[in-house]
Amino acid sequence: MDALLDDILVLDFSQFLSGPSVSLRLADMGARVIKIERPGTGDICRLLYVSDVRIRGGESTIFHAINRNKESFSADVKDEASLSDIKKLIRKADVVLHNFRPGVMQRLGLDYERVKQINPSVVYGEISGYGQEGEWKHLAGQDLLLQSVSGITYLSGNAEDPPVPMGVAVADIIAGTHLTQGILAALFQRLQTGEGSLIQVSMLESLLDFQFEVLTCFFNDGNRLPQRSSLGSAHAYIAAPYGIYKTADGYMAIAMAPIPKLAALIQTDALNGYANPGDWFAKRDEIKTVLKEIFIQRTTAAWLSVLEPADIWCADVYDYNDLLASEGYQLLEMEQWVISHGLKIKTTRCPVRVDGVFLTSEKGAPALGEHNAAIAKEFGLNQVSSR
Amino acid sequence: MNLPLKDIIVLEFSQYLAGPCAGLRLADLGARVVKIEHPQKGESGRKLAIENLWVGDDSLLFHTINRNKESFAVDMNNEEDMGWLRKLIAKAQVITHNFRPGVMERRGLDYETIRQINPSIVYTQISGYGEKGPWRNKPGQDLLLQSLSGLTYASGSANDWPTPMGLGIGDYLCGNQSVQFIIAALIKAKKTGKGSLLQLTLMETLIDLQFEFFTTFFESGKLPQRAAYNNANSLLSAPYGIYPTSDGHIAIAMMPLGKLNQALQCEELNAYREEEAFSKRDEIKSVIAKHLLTDTNNNWLQKAQALDLWIMPVLNWREMKAAKGYQTLGMEQEIKLDNNGSFITTRCPIRINGKMLKSDKPAPSIGSSNKNIKDLLI
Repeated sequence: MDALLDDILVLDFSQFLSGPSVSLRLADMGARVIKIERPGTGDICRLLYVSDVRIRGGESTIFHAINRNKESFSADVKDEASLSDIKKLIRKADVVLHNFRPGVMQRLGLDYERVKQINPSVVYGEISGYGQEGEWKHLAGQDLLLQSVSGITYLSGNAEDPPVPMGVAVADIIAGTHLTQGILAALFQRLQTGEGSLIQVSMLESLLDFQFEVLTCFFNDGNRLPQRSSLGSAHAYIAAPYGIYKTADGYMAIAMAPIPKLAALIQTDALNGYANPGDWFAKRDEIKTVLKEIFIQRTTAAWLSVLEPADIWCADVYDYNDLLASEGYQLLEMEQWVISHGLKIKTTRCPVRVDGVFLTSEKGAPALGEHNAAIAKEFGLNQVSSR
Repeated sequence: MNLPLKDIIVLEFSQYLAGPCAGLRLADLGARVVKIEHPQKGESGRKLAIENLWVGDDSLLFHTINRNKESFAVDMNNEEDMGWLRKLIAKAQVITHNFRPGVMERRGLDYETIRQINPSIVYTQISGYGEKGPWRNKPGQDLLLQSLSGLTYASGSANDWPTPMGLGIGDYLCGNQSVQFIIAALIKAKKTGKGSLLQLTLMETLIDLQFEFFTTFFESGKLPQRAAYNNANSLLSAPYGIYPTSDGHIAIAMMPLGKLNQALQCEELNAYREEEAFSKRDEIKSVIAKHLLTDTNNNWLQKAQALDLWIMPVLNWREMKAAKGYQTLGMEQEIKLDNNGSFITTRCPIRINGKMLKSDKPAPSIGSSNKNIKDLLI
């Protein structure tokens, strides 16, 4: 199979997750990605050790997950000879991307207007935290802070909980997803026009888009705030029984279901007063309290064997050990090994299949400046750049 | 401005959120997106409302997800209709569907059949779990996928029940990932004339969402443990989290404890060394929490701002809407309805050459473009 993106060179000046997740996906599609990193430290994510787990050799596990399938060129953009090297690379690049705060690339002389003069057909992508103007523009685009400003922390958890953030960096990942969409659309347009484009996203706008369904309710319902359910809450706007329930040996998830049908299946009279679908939302906490008392009495497997055959939408609640042990997970073949300077590291693959084939690559994350010499030779650079 | 996907025709056989949110993005990027709907029933999402909010006969939710599209009504049991549909497929560049495995095959609309009519088609199918295995007939519903993918152990704190993310994140992300690959496949089709089959599942999307967690888990063999106190990311150390103050909540991102304490001036916090920020995170976070209750949001934020610390207020939507930082974004747009009404929704989050992508075109009624499209096909 030919790759989706052949002959596309991406220069990635970004750090941490939002920008690097863009170049990871472009690399999965077949693009060649060169990380431009500062000598000495490189992408700060290299040192972001999490949960006290490090890859043998000392680097962060998340750095390796995010930066597999890329090359690294270290260069000090403040040094004139290095900057001229970088500009030579920019001349050959199809995509340039960064996630610095607004103004930083201008100061480095590498903003879109100037990059466009070197390479008019370049697609230039940038991610900011809060946009290019306004009172928050100078602030760092950090995931938890963006979640907190966007109102999204009032959508998860139960009614009595404090604001509950989503425990994965959704602002980074979604903004990266949107920037990838924009960059690819611009590359597509370039095939017809020969012209490049500037593509901009902000983490805040991306989180607003993520909430587009419920925000649209809010805009048009007189600005009512979301109310989380008081137990096992899974969506502030969806009626009972939707949510998580504790069973005798674990937990179970139930999606939308008619209450009388559910009551008949679990053989309770306690829900006889809730035949009217309008009450399933208005009185959802009452209904869920009744269900809570019943579901705790038997095991998850026992309940699933009653509910699933009756076409009630329900599922077990897995942790990673449960998931990895399941046949459904194993059939997906979602794991892949990558090799990074001699170390074998297990990570996940690109989630999309193209023409029935997984997009995998065993090329691991690069060491800082690992490809300096090769890139200098290939592109005829001064090679003054050092690690 | 010429939008990048001008002249691209997308046929959307999809329902609810995953496929239709992909169609919405493609439409905002300039594609002509045509929903293929049953002449009477239409897309099932038309009747799915939240908060009992309706726009005419269809839910506000449907209008939110399906603005800026057209509708072509087809009875797939009627041979004449199918003839029109095949003609339309020959003109299209993209097809999306999220039927369960087998449905499109029975209608003769599977990839192998369609590529005979249109070899450069980008054919996209989204399912819950994929086409084989014990889950293949399980409903591809977002909460169930969150529950099976391990994601419910990412949010909430250690003593909480598994905590789902309160949005349809599997649907939303899977749809958005499909947009990336659809456009990449359009690039390939333009260059080589060859089409592509793209297959996505909500399960793989949600595993990909957690790729940092899985990679860390594969390395350590230890399940991620949510912090016991105000968890915000199980992988991160103190002070990362949301804290109550005397009059609200603030969020504190990753930073050295010493740096944080320049703003806090908390005697008790001095007892902890930076190397303990992960191993003793619950203890440390409780100390910070107790101290933060002694003053207001504004006062803490002022102190943090003076030191350029990564701290922000926790806002609800009303507070956000009142903030200048939000208003500057111009994220809202008005959609004009056929009956002179209107509603407010968000716009596309991507800017091209400094311009926002807006469109006031509403969601279509069933079959609203049948005449236009048939004229085009004759």
